[in-house]
Amino acid sequence: MGFQIKTKCVDFLILGGGTAGCWAAMAFRKACGGSVLIAEKANIRRSGCLAAGVNALNAYIVPGKTPQDYVAYARKDAEGIVRGDLLLSMAKGLNSAAQELEKLGLTILKDENGQYAVRGTRNIKINGENIKPLLADAVAADAGITILNRVNVFSYLKAGENRIAGALAFGIDEPVLYVLRAKAVLCATGGAAGLYKPNHSGFSQHKMWYPPFNTGAGLAMGMLAGAEMTTLEMRFIALRCRDTIAPTGTLAQGVGARQINAAGEVYESKYGLTTSQRLYGTVMETAQGRGPCFLRTTGISAQQEEELFKAYLNMAPSQTLRWLESGKTPCVADVPIAGTEPYIVGGHTASGYWVNTHRETTLRGLFAAGDVAGGCPQKYVTGVLVEGEIAAKAAASYCNEPFPDVSAQEIQDWKNKLEVILNHSNPADASTDELEAQMQTVMDEYAGGISTDYACSAQSLAAADKKIAELQTQAGDLHAADLQELVYVWELRERLTLCRAVIAHLAARKETRWHCFAERTDFPDRSADWNVYVNSRMENGEFRVFTRPLVGEEICYEH
Amino acid sequence: MSIEIHAKKCIGCGKCAAVCPGSLIAMTKEKKAQIRRPERCWACVSCVKECPVQAIALFLGEDMGGLGGKMVVRREGTLLRWTVRLPDGSEKTVTVNSRDANKY
Ligand SMILES: Cc1cc2nc3c(=O)[nH]c(=O)nc-3n(C[C@H](O)[C@H](O)[C@H](O)COP(=O)(O)OP(=O)(O)OC[C@H]3O[C@@H](n4cnc5c(N)ncnc54)[C@H](O)[C@@H]3O)c2cc1C
Ligand code: SF4
Ligand code: SF4
Repeated sequence: MGFQIKTKCVDFLILGGGTAGCWAAMAFRKACGGSVLIAEKANIRRSGCLAAGVNALNAYIVPGKTPQDYVAYARKDAEGIVRGDLLLSMAKGLNSAAQELEKLGLTILKDENGQYAVRGTRNIKINGENIKPLLADAVAADAGITILNRVNVFSYLKAGENRIAGALAFGIDEPVLYVLRAKAVLCATGGAAGLYKPNHSGFSQHKMWYPPFNTGAGLAMGMLAGAEMTTLEMRFIALRCRDTIAPTGTLAQGVGARQINAAGEVYESKYGLTTSQRLYGTVMETAQGRGPCFLRTTGISAQQEEELFKAYLNMAPSQTLRWLESGKTPCVADVPIAGTEPYIVGGHTASGYWVNTHRETTLRGLFAAGDVAGGCPQKYVTGVLVEGEIAAKAAASYCNEPFPDVSAQEIQDWKNKLEVILNHSNPADASTDELEAQMQTVMDEYAGGISTDYACSAQSLAAADKKIAELQTQAGDLHAADLQELVYVWELRERLTLCRAVIAHLAARKETRWHCFAERTDFPDRSADWNVYVNSRMENGEFRVFTRPLVGEEICYEH
Repeated sequence: MSIEIHAKKCIGCGKCAAVCPGSLIAMTKEKKAQIRRPERCWACVSCVKECPVQAIALFLGEDMGGLGGKMVVRREGTLLRWTVRLPDGSEKTVTVNSRDANKY
């Protein structure tokens, strides 16, 4: 199979048509009217995190609270390792993002005074089942936005050492190599799932919390292009309904369900209430023989139960199916909970690209927003939208620059590399699936996965790095029978790159800042010496890891 | 975790294949939708919701404790009627109005 080369030139190229990508496309059009192209590996109608729908808008400044309160909450939850400038600029835009979503047609519950009905202290209630089609329809309505569905983006194009000039993608349906040239580029490919052995490893292996199709492409591409990354050691591990891996917030916040152990004791207050402490408590109760743990729902009314069925159908239908087929519905049976495998998700924790206040990365002309961008946890849907908008507005300033040059030789080299994988005649020793499973097992056992209660040490991490490096060599020989398999080969290579970066970051932070997220058995305590960011950059094929001082909200941070 | 496509019911519109976020569904030469790698399904139900003739059902894999229930959804205006058919033939339906926000 040979690739045909097609070139497209636009002012603003967006990689990933998910939450941040769709929003940024519209914001860029509003800001300067320039041309936009969204390159999406699936179809923007239902791609990414929003595919199944969402439960609530989790980031909103409710009456009586201020954006600064939101910053304080996120900082506390992340034990101080956040960027104040990023959090504050995001928090200031949350409410207008919610209003814009409502204008697009999202159902948001209002109280008797016409105000959004609040859940807890930061959430508003919605029907989020159709949130992605609403975004996709709004994008499709603008003729200035070109949508390229079903193309897998796999590398940046650079003009010189430090200027991004576009990206390369290949078609999933036809052997086309797309050369996407742009004045400014937004990376919005989301976070990464599938690095660690998941809760289920057989037929239901992809029944995970984070979309298994977000494989960290944008992160790996950035690393290979020499972009600086931050806080990858702060992995996100979700506390979820066991088996279905459905969200638990709806039960905890909606019907006030408390976390209890097998003896029925409420244990959450023993460990603390940050996101990582809630998870840690569940892990410890189980490790010490007091598991399994549950969310106590028994005794809720039939009416409450019916509302739970509906809420889960709007975001995680497997949970409602589970309840209905088993008969163990929440009013008669407590809901068992468990921790997931670790993910890299900059929208929940702080890992991802190191950006300035305008969300530009350390590579000129390359912006990052959403789950791929670091320093700014607790973004959720609205925060991701705000980041997309901030990045798009800053990218508009590139509109008057000429197109950066790209190298014809580099493009030809990539074409050859893709064709080698597709036309390889020697079968490799192992298949993509086998290597993926081996990678996940290594990460699980040596880099703090479920089987070690998320804990690791300098020694185990060194072993992990060695084994992942070996798998990288093997993955270099993989063969793909068709374009979809080529995507799988590429995803595996991206994940392997990311695994090595995560290992390097976990090894660098010599303390336990967050239980479970970065749990070090050899440094079990927190240390004030580590009130810094752990950042990294790939240099000559190796990750150079270094620290940077914390940045507060009073600063407009420039690189 | 996966979905099951009922080939007899499928009218070959291709909507499910277009929306799957993992590009897991392909159309056969006979214009029938087919899931290529069921173990790669995320269970997001995008395809289940797109299918105009309820040819796609969600089920829970046995390895995650699934008991054989199959769930489909029918769209009537703003209403989504979700029906679970249990192995004994009985059915349970929950109706959601997309104009109603979640209570929780
Ligand atoms: C299951 C789940 C439930 C959630 N529930 C809530 C909730 O109730 N409330 C809330 O506020 N937040 C919720 N969140 C968080 C929120 O949805 C996410 O933080 C947010 O949607 C992330 O947006 P994003 O644009 O960064 O990523 P996404 O929306 O996932 O977009 C990434 C896009 O990039 C594409 N892509 C990836 N790789 C490539 C490639 N190589 N080439 C081309 N395209 C590529 C993907 O297909 C996808 O379309 C939830 C998240 C998940 C996973
Ligand atoms: S449920 Fe989602 S992931 Fe599974 S086949 Fe359907 S659209 Fe694809
Ligand atoms: S959406 Fe339904 S009818 Fe259309 S191709 Fe898919 S299975 Fe067949």
